[in-house]
This record gives sequence, structure tokens and C-alpha cells, in this order.
Amino acid sequence: MKNVHEIIEKNTGLLAILILVVISFGALVEIAPLMFQRQVTEPVEGLKPYTALELEGRDIYIREGCVGCHSQMIRPFRSETERYGHYSVAGESVWERPFLWGSKRTGPDLARVGGRYSDEWHRVHLMDPRAVVPESNMPGFPWLAENTLDGELTAKKMQVFRDFGVPYTDEDIAGATEAVKGKTEMQALIAYLQSLGTALN
Amino acid sequence: MSSFWSIFISVITLGTILGCFLLLRWCLKNMTGVEEGDDMHHEFDGIVEINNPLPRWWTIMFYVTIVWGIIYLALYPGLGNFAGLLGWKSSNQDVQSLEESRAATKQALENGELVEYDRQMQQAEERFGPIFEAYAKRDVTDLANDPEALKVGQRLFLQNCAQCHGSDARGMRGFPNLTDDAWLYGGNPEQIRTTLLQGRQGVMPGWIDSYGEKGIKEVVAYTLSLSGRKVDPELAEAGKSRFAACTACHGQDGKGNYAMGAPNLTDNIWLYGGSEKAVTETLTHGRNGVMPAWEKILGEDKIHLLTAYVYSLSQEQ
Repeated sequence: MKNVHEIIEKNTGLLAILILVVISFGALVEIAPLMFQRQVTEPVEGLKPYTALELEGRDIYIREGCVGCHSQMIRPFRSETERYGHYSVAGESVWERPFLWGSKRTGPDLARVGGRYSDEWHRVHLMDPRAVVPESNMPGFPWLAENTLDGELTAKKMQVFRDFGVPYTDEDIAGATEAVKGKTEMQALIAYLQSLGTALN
Repeated sequence: MSSFWSIFISVITLGTILGCFLLLRWCLKNMTGVEEGDDMHHEFDGIVEINNPLPRWWTIMFYVTIVWGIIYLALYPGLGNFAGLLGWKSSNQDVQSLEESRAATKQALENGELVEYDRQMQQAEERFGPIFEAYAKRDVTDLANDPEALKVGQRLFLQNCAQCHGSDARGMRGFPNLTDDAWLYGGNPEQIRTTLLQGRQGVMPGWIDSYGEKGIKEVVAYTLSLSGRKVDPELAEAGKSRFAACTACHGQDGKGNYAMGAPNLTDNIWLYGGSEKAVTETLTHGRNGVMPAWEKILGEDKIHLLTAYVYSLSQEQ
């Protein structure tokens, strides 16, 4: 029999293609079927789309790199649920694009931080975390209180999310700019944080 | 999962395992036309290639991996809808609400299904449940004198409350000190429990629109005088008549009202600062202190212990 193996060994391009084929079997089994499962495409009963202000807050969360130190994914272990609440389920994240589950916990998980602290606590804490938690190593974000939003792109963002299947109404989109204009980034971020994890109830 | 996807997953998964096996068998064949151990006639810089087979240990590991994979797929969920012989799963991932989650846990327990998370929780419940239950039956005032109970309460406090009230429970500006005997909503066990369970919403309105800057100045002077501070007597006198509106919450004597969460203004304890500037700020724009509700997060048994811990803090003095 001819030495076919030698052909693969000596053609790295072919080798790369064959490797991709092999890996794609994994994706076919692990990823493709999930996209059609009820539990990852259907929202949980209490899920509401982010309000205009929360949506802007989410973008600030992304911009400031919060996801680098805070996860939003409570795993089904007692050690996690005792501290953070019920483990995260897929139906809570169906409208998340991109998802902000994170993979690093320098700070605590924030998946269910909504309602745990008052708005005022969040404001003080974001200005200077050590004012309320002396042992904290989180940086302060005082500029959020100074920057105001103009809301120019808010309606467009909501439109894009609607195209992806988030049930925003025409009124939501029409009132988007009005809802965020003049608000500080601090207010937006706090609104977003207070909404986290409240859908599963 | 629909049977289509179930079959799709099973066929590809088992197919790839079979593929690995066949690939291994194929690679073990000598296809070079050279005897094993002979020279391949490749030479570079004095280094020659010998036609050696795959190392035996490596080949065996490969077979072991394949067998391992098959055993794993037999025991654990991996092949579509097949739940595995052990019936194991990590958690109830397809619940839509907390109610469904509780129902799923209950059902799994009744059917004897092995849900790893539920098992963990059940073990903890068996171990810690009786302890919490015993504490729940005892009176808060009794628990407040039990060092063991207070240790558990302190843990809960540090985990959930210290972020605002501080690890020593002395609070900070805007977040009440829990170790003194000044209470916004009352410091008896029942009042503390209600605060913890349901949270509180402080509503001090801003008065700048009704009083104007001068009026605010007068009311500030009168308010400060209530706790014996030195103020301009004329301003205070003028403020006194305006204070009538404040008595609705703070009372005729300014000693506050637990039902409204209105603080006592005569004890010289100031949640938002007692300087003239701070009090002016409070009167001008109002304050909206929020204590979050913990019933859903912690549950009644833990809140019972926390109540005892918080109650004990103010009893120490």
C-alpha cells in the first residue's frame, strides 16, 4: 500500500485542513445542537429587555473592562449559591450579546448583584471602593459621575438588539434617547447593576 | 432534546470514537516498504531516520483513552437523550423560574434522580438544617447571649451586611451604625427582623422649593439647636415656626418616629453628617436611604440569626 501518511506529513496545508475537520466534529456535537435547544433559546419567565438606561450602563460595564475582574456566572455549587444566590441558567442569557459571563473573579460574581445594595452604596463604592469596603482592591471610577450620556446611539443599539430578537417595542426605541439624555454614566451603570440577576424569580 | 439532535449527537460522538480507533489501527501498519528497525535512507548531517513503530506505551494510552471514553459515555450523559447508567446530572439547567427550580429539585428527589447540586444541598441541609432549626425556635434575646449562635450570625453579617455597615458594624456616612442605641426603624428584635426581611426606604424630601435658601438656613439652625448645638438664636427662633412641617415625621419634640424611619434630631447622631453644611445639604435636597430586602436572598432562618447578632451589637454597651 502506498504511504499516504507521508503525503499528509509533507503538506502542512493539507495537515491544517484535516486538523480543522477533526476539530469541527467537536463543534458539531457540542455547539451546533445547543443553538436549537429550548433551554438556551427561550428566556426565563421573568426576563425583561434592558431599559435604555440599563443598556447604556451595560456598554459602560464593557468599556471599563469590568468583565475582566467580575464574572456573571454562578455555577451550581453550594459554595457559590450560598454567597451569590441561585445558580445561573441559560434562559437568563438568551438576549446577551455579547455575553459577559467572564472567567476571572478578582472581585465577586455579579450575576445576581441587583437589589443587594442600594443605589447610593453603588455610587459611593464606584467613586472610591475603599470608602465602604476598606480591604477592596477595586479601582475607583469617579469619572463616571462626570460624564453625561447624549443618547445619540441608544435607539440604534436597541434597534440592532431587536433585529436579533429582543422584544423591544416601537415606543421603547422612540423614547430611548429621551430616557438616557443628560443622565450620568454612573446612573446608567448603577441601573444596569441593579437589573442583574433579577429575572429568575 | 428532539430525537433528531439526539441521534445527530450520538452518531457523531460514537463515529469519532470509532474513527479514532480505525485511524490508530491504520497508523500502526507499516506502509513504508521498509522493514521495522531498518534504515529509511533519510540522512541529514549524519542523522539517520530508522523506521520505528509508534511507541508501545503511547499506543496503549490511546487504546485506554478510547475505552475510557466509551465507559464514560455509558455512565454519564453524553449521547443525546441517553441520561447515562448512573442517571447523574449537574443541576436543573432548564428551569424557567425559582418556583420551577424548587419543583424540579423536589421531583428529582422523589424519583431518586442524582442531581449533583441537589445532593450537595441536601447533604448540607442534613448537616446544618437542624442547627438552624434549633436556632430558629429560640428567642432572639436568648440567642443574643449565646456565643455560638453569635459566631454564625457574625459570619452571615460579614458576608452580607459588612459591605455597607462595615465589618465592625459601625457604618459610615449614609449607612447606619448598628452598635449604638439610635435606630431609624426601631431596635427591638421584631423591628430589626422586619428591617432585614423587607428592607426599608427612607424618604426625606428636599425643602429648597418650599423654604428657599433663607428658610433652609433657619430650619438648619433650629434643627441643630435641638441637640444643644450653639446657633444664632434669632435664626433658630425663625426656624422653629417652619419646623412645624417637619414634626409630621420627626415629632413635636424632634425625637423621630420609628414608623416613618424619621431619625431622632436631638441625640446629636447624624447619619449624613452633623456639620452645618451636611445638614443644609440634607434639608435642601433630601435623602433617600435604602436598606435592601433580604428575605428572598437569605431566608427566614438565617435572618433570625442575623437579627440576634444585630440586636446583640447594641446590647453590649
